Amino acid sequence: MAAVNDRPLSPHLTIWRWGPHMLVSILHRITGAGLTVIGLPVLVWWLLSVSEGADAHARFIAVATHWAGLVVLVGLTWAFFQKTFAGIRHLVMDSGMGFELNTNKTAAILTIVAAIVCTAAIWAYFLGAGQ
Amino acid sequence: MSVVESATPLGEARGLGSARSGGSEWLAERVTSVALLLLGVWFIASLLMLPGLDRATIAEWLNAPSGAVPMALFVITAFVHALHGMKVVVDDYIPDEGNRFALNTLLLFLAVGGASLALFALAEIAFGGTA
Repeated sequence: MAAVNDRPLSPHLTIWRWGPHMLVSILHRITGAGLTVIGLPVLVWWLLSVSEGADAHARFIAVATHWAGLVVLVGLTWAFFQKTFAGIRHLVMDSGMGFELNTNKTAAILTIVAAIVCTAAIWAYFLGAGQ
Repeated sequence: MSVVESATPLGEARGLGSARSGGSEWLAERVTSVALLLLGVWFIASLLMLPGLDRATIAEWLNAPSGAVPMALFVITAFVHALHGMKVVVDDYIPDEGNRFALNTLLLFLAVGGASLALFALAEIAFGGTA
């Protein structure tokens, strides 16, 4: 594909005024990478710790309930919901719907709001119920 | 799962446009995303409805087919979807074909390794009498 590399690139990132749809677009990529690079190893470690024994699981819980661990878990929860709601929006757009400017903008804002609300509700429950 | 590729004969000859398997990868990403929507909701809902998140409760939950089977599907689907997503990111940002191939191969190994590790842990919980 060497022929493609020297083709001119029109300006894109630098010339547009930022809007919610652009934020949701790049968040979709960032949350996907975050869930992959951090979320999947945490999932594997958690399952391994349950299978290995009480000591291994206690080590996982010690890290997970440390404040830094909680920050990561809250971040993963938010990333999951942001990715999920934005993903639903993308599936709708794949079907050809939702491209009108106002609809598109409103849906983008809704994914951000819904992700924050769901993350807050879940962690209020977890931390409030004391596990 | 096959999709008719959109390249014209001229575009294919020049090495432009989608001349390879992009269409089916695109569709597979959507199909796994729908599966992950269901399995992800199941995962979060399960964590919320379990009486606790201690090791004994988790092991009992994943000991039964009603927990172990969806969790195995969640692990497999999550790693497949993550691999597809990371491949799109690598294909976007790594212009050199050799580096791109090397990085995508590394990601494939990591995904297969991580998923296998998680499934091994799950099998040990389900069949190894962990609970």
